This record gives sequence, structure tokens and C-alpha cells, in this order.
Amino acid sequence: MSALLQIAGLTAHYGDFQALFGVDLTLDQGQTVAIIGANGAGKTTLMRAITGVAKVTAGSVTLAGKDITRIPAPDILTHGISMVPEGRKLFPSLTVEENLLIGAHARRGNGFWTLERIQTLFPILKERRHSPGTALSGGQQQMVAIGRALMSNPQVLLCDELSLGLAPVVIKEIYGAFPQIKDSGTSIIVVEQDISQALRVADHVHCMMEGRITLSGRPTELSRDAIHDAYFGVNHA
Amino acid sequence: MIFIDTLAQGMLLGGLYALFAAGLSLVFGIMRLVNLAHGDLIILAAYLILTVATVTGLHPFVAVIIAAPLMFGFGWLLQTHLLNRVLGNDILPPLLVTFGLSVVIQNGLLSTFTADSQKLTAGTIEAASVDLGVVTLGVMPVLTFGSAVLVIFALNQLFYRTALGRAFRATSDDAVTAQLMGIRPQQVFAMATGIAMVVATIAALYLGTRANFDPSIGPARLLYAFEAVIIGGLGSLWGTLAGGIVIGLAQAIGASINPEWQILSGHIAFVLVLLIRPRGLFPRAND
Repeated sequence: MSALLQIAGLTAHYGDFQALFGVDLTLDQGQTVAIIGANGAGKTTLMRAITGVAKVTAGSVTLAGKDITRIPAPDILTHGISMVPEGRKLFPSLTVEENLLIGAHARRGNGFWTLERIQTLFPILKERRHSPGTALSGGQQQMVAIGRALMSNPQVLLCDELSLGLAPVVIKEIYGAFPQIKDSGTSIIVVEQDISQALRVADHVHCMMEGRITLSGRPTELSRDAIHDAYFGVNHA
Repeated sequence: MIFIDTLAQGMLLGGLYALFAAGLSLVFGIMRLVNLAHGDLIILAAYLILTVATVTGLHPFVAVIIAAPLMFGFGWLLQTHLLNRVLGNDILPPLLVTFGLSVVIQNGLLSTFTADSQKLTAGTIEAASVDLGVVTLGVMPVLTFGSAVLVIFALNQLFYRTALGRAFRATSDDAVTAQLMGIRPQQVFAMATGIAMVVATIAALYLGTRANFDPSIGPARLLYAFEAVIIGGLGSLWGTLAGGIVIGLAQAIGASINPEWQILSGHIAFVLVLLIRPRGLFPRAND
């Protein structure tokens, strides 16, 4: 199977500070890849580098065979990559429905995900459609953020820290939508600090530490100890 | 009876101030840019209408239809080639650049049109009035006020009923996240400045038909506009209309007591409102 998204030797800097060191990652069509790691491991920077928000200084990002490295952030969406940012980042002056509609701002043509389908996926968003987006609970805001990202009908959905600050029951409800998202033809990269959750949803897991991928494999192949050691940087040698 | 007439005249004058302020409010609401050249851009638009009317022989109310798109284009270019370069976390560079722009416009107009006062001639409509029994209202002031209400209504519709308006508000909230939605903040800013210049052109039409103008009067128009925006609440368009009316009423009441107090009364009203409601009468909830 040819890779849908191919990241090769990706390096990124914030000024003089190097945040990513030659990251390699592959996402196949229909796959869910999880990136786990502690705070400061470089997970969010990797998402920001893919979407053109963070400056890429070396390496490449290829989507369906097309080089999209260094494409400006506003153009990434039209190339088929959409992002659920860390902390949801809903627009406070927009209602729930407007937050969803703004996700389709750059959309061209039709696709599976429409306002009605998002509201079917998360029925509460229809009920609260006229409320300000930021007036919702954290879990409901996360649903808006996911719905907003889906409104562009992306090939690849990047989810940054979906479970951050949410109760386990809410996290379960949100991840419960993943099968339907995958069925719509969208491949997913999910960044998580919640290791158990990441292992449950992912077909493939990468662990990051200090801007590098230190462990990769299928969830069934990776032992708890290996993940623990990679996550916390424990070296038994 | 005289008091009712004073209130009516003051309210209608507030419409002119609201027109001065609407463009400023729009630009500030979207990109947090205080355009110190806004008053001078209104005067530039007045000279543009005058030039179009003089060259073509058109009535100023028709000439404005030609001037408005030209000012939109000027606003677009101004934003894309100058202001976008200085927008950022530091508010000082845009303030300095727009201050410099103000000086450039004033001197450019002075060199081109001299310091002589000019006026847009609208014909008999200038002296026409409507007798309502209780008060008699000038047609021009009524038209000015009606235009202010229409402009602010149209801007509100644009803001809250269109995809462009959603992009305006999203960019104003969080320009980085807006980019992830495929929005180009710099183009959104250029569109906003273009629209603000169209509103400035409408303000210029009424300024120029109601009173004399010369290259030096821009800063005072900016002051009235700024006060109206602050009184109304930063970024609130209907608040801007209310702010204009407050200044207009204060000036009319002050002038009825002593004509020399007209301008001062407006400024005192501004300070009083700030003392009582520092965020203005109708602040946006998320500001």
C-alpha cells in the first residue's frame, strides 16, 4: 500500500531552538496513527510543521505523492489536511453553527461531511447551534473543533491532544466518533498524552521524545515497558 | 420647543460623526489597528469626490459612486503594501506608520489643492427642510443620519450574515487558527480596509456638502470618530452610532447654552462616559 502522507527527515526550529530532529512518519490510507509523548516532546510542533504554521528547516511532507512542505498554513486545507488544534481554539465571537461553517471556508466542491452529517455525528451541536462556541462544556467544544475540521472534508485529520482536560466518559464519547470518521475515508493522526487511549484507537503508534521518534510499532507489538521507557526517556543500558 | 429642536439637531449631527467613526470601528474591530490617518482619508475622499464632480460635471451624489470604488482600491493597496507589513503584536509600528500617513496625505492635499477651503455643491437640497410641526429638520442632516443607520445596518448584516463576515470575526478572534480554516488574514484585513474606505467616502460626501473642508481638518474628524468609537464600545458598530449621537447631542446642547461650548461639550461628554463606563456603552463581550 502506498503511503497517503509521508514525512521524511522533518526538522523544525523556533528561532535558534531546534524542536524537531529529522522525524520520519508514514500514514496509510484509512489508517489511524497515534503520536504519544510527554510535554515538550515535539508532538504539537510536528502537527504545526505539517500544517505550515511552524517553520520547516529541512525534510519533506508529501501528501498523495505531492510535496506540500512549506506550503503556507491557509493553503494546507485545500491540499486535504485539516487540524483540530490543541485547546480546541474555537472562535469566541462565532456561534456553534458558525464555528462549524467556518471550517468549510476554503472548501471546494462536495464531500461526505456536511453540517447535517456533523450534527448527526454529534447531536448536541444541533441543539446548541445558536450558542457561542465557547459557552459549551469542554467536551462539547472538542466536538465542535472536530466537526469544524471535518467540514473541509480532509483526506488527513490531525488531532492534537483531544483528551486534554476532559473527563474519561467524555473522552470515550469523542473517540467513539472515530470509526465513522475513518469510514468516511479520512485518515487520522492523533497526538495524545493519554497512552491507553492512543493504544486503543491507533493502528500504529510512535513515541516522541525531545523532537525525535524514539519508538514505533503496532499497539499489539509494543510492550508496556518499552512504551514507558520511550515515553519517559529511561535508558536501561 | 427649542430644547426638542436642539435634541433633534444634535441627534442628526451624531449621524455624521457615526459615519466618520464606522470605518475606524470596522478596522479596529477586525485587526486592532488604530488608524491615525482615518480623518485625513475622509478628507482625501472628499477631494476625490470634488475632483470627479468637477471633471465630469456630475452631481456629488453621483460622483460618489465613482469615488467609492476608487477609495476601496486605495484602501486595499494601502493595507496590502503598507499596513500589513507593520501589523503584529507591537501596537506602536502601525500607530507610527498611520501617523506618518496622516502627515503625507495632509501635505499631498495641500500641494495639490492649496489651503483654500472647498465645498461640494449639492444644489437646492442643501437648504431644503421638512416641517414636522414640533421641529423643522434639514433634508441634508436627515439624509446623513439615514445614511449612517443604513451603513451600520449593512455592515452588521455583512458581519453576522455572510461568510466574509464570519471570516472577519474569526480572524479578529484568532488569526493563527483562522489560517487553519483556509483564511488568509492579510487578505481579510485588506478587504476590511477597502470597505472602511467606502464608508469614509460616504462620510466625505456628507462632510463636503454640509460644510467647507481643507487639507488640515482631518485630525479633528479623527478625534470625533475616535470618541464615538470609544463611547460606543470598541468594535461595536451600533455602539458607534450611539457614540456619534452622544457627541452630537452634547455638542448641540453645549452650543445652545453658549456657541463657544459646542466642541468642548462633546469632549466633556466623552470623558464623562469613560468615567462611568470605561469600556464604552456597548462593549463586545469577548473584548
